[in-house]
Amino acid sequence: MLKKTRRRYLALKIDSDERFSSSEFISAVWDAVLKLYGEYGASRTGLALIDYDDAKSFAVVRCVHTGVEIVRTAVASITRIGNEPVAVHVLKISGTLKALSKERKRSVCV
Amino acid sequence: MKRKYADLHLCPDLGNDKQVTRMIKKASELEYALIAIPLPQNFPEEKIGKLQNICQENKMDFASRVNLKPRTPNELIRSLRKLRRRFEVIAVMCESKQVARQAAKDRRVDLLNFPGRNRRKRFFDKAEAELASNALGSLEINMKPLLTVEGRARIRLLSSLRREVTIAQKFQIPIVISSGASNELLMRKPREIAALTSLFDLDKSSAIEAISKNPMAIIKRNREKLSPKFVAPGIRMIRRGKDC
Repeated sequence: MLKKTRRRYLALKIDSDERFSSSEFISAVWDAVLKLYGEYGASRTGLALIDYDDAKSFAVVRCVHTGVEIVRTAVASITRIGNEPVAVHVLKISGTLKALSKERKRSVCV
Repeated sequence: MKRKYADLHLCPDLGNDKQVTRMIKKASELEYALIAIPLPQNFPEEKIGKLQNICQENKMDFASRVNLKPRTPNELIRSLRKLRRRFEVIAVMCESKQVARQAAKDRRVDLLNFPGRNRRKRFFDKAEAELASNALGSLEINMKPLLTVEGRARIRLLSSLRREVTIAQKFQIPIVISSGASNELLMRKPREIAALTSLFDLDKSSAIEAISKNPMAIIKRNREKLSPKFVAPGIRMIRRGKDC
């Protein structure tokens, strides 16, 4: 029987003075995953962009629960988006989007 | 009890006060409890006090560190004699095999750092590890090169780090992971650093220890030794006076 996939949602904060479009951001994440783990590794993450707010430099990505460490490592290895230096930090990891909404509110306040 | 994380190698430009303050603030935001900044050997005491104050304002602890880059073993011994009582952390950048061997067997050295990217210039092998296991030195791994290099250079670096970590674990040498960051965009959260260490096969619990327990143990041991009450390992002055 096919097992139900358990998903994890990662709230991410982009640390940079510049603003980036959602496609630029998710491309940078995909590139980092591909560089470190290759196409085989990337195929096992189930990575997808769920929410992106360029004004607040906040993003939510989804992955399967077995791919959390891969995504976390890849995100930590991002040093540039385009030609701009950046750092991307994981604010919170959760199994539901509802729990991440609190983190979003907090990051908006900051 | 909440785990305390330490970054023993933050490298801001000490001439740029704004950058120093920004990086200390960032370290506090990233949940570090202690940071160490490598200082020049003749760094004035009042400036160290100023750095301590900035850290205190950001609810962090500050440790003074010096990076030694000796060319010969004798130069290393002379520097250690002069500086051991002035700095809380002494790291040796091992750029030659002779220096690496001397640093590994000297109990005054806290951190062994191998900055070379060339595999032949990284001298942490079994002989080095055996010497270090009889002394107090820890293997320091900086994250900055891992973030800044790409392609084949990163592949070679990961391969070297994997070999060094395996040797260190076999000889039970503590590993300390530091950022080596020269600007705030190269700083990462402790959990992110632990995730990055999985690239060179350091397991999660060892990685967490390498950014919390191991660096904290170095600072605790050295502060005890530098305190005026210290007499010898295990012997401490409790009271001084006529009734003793």
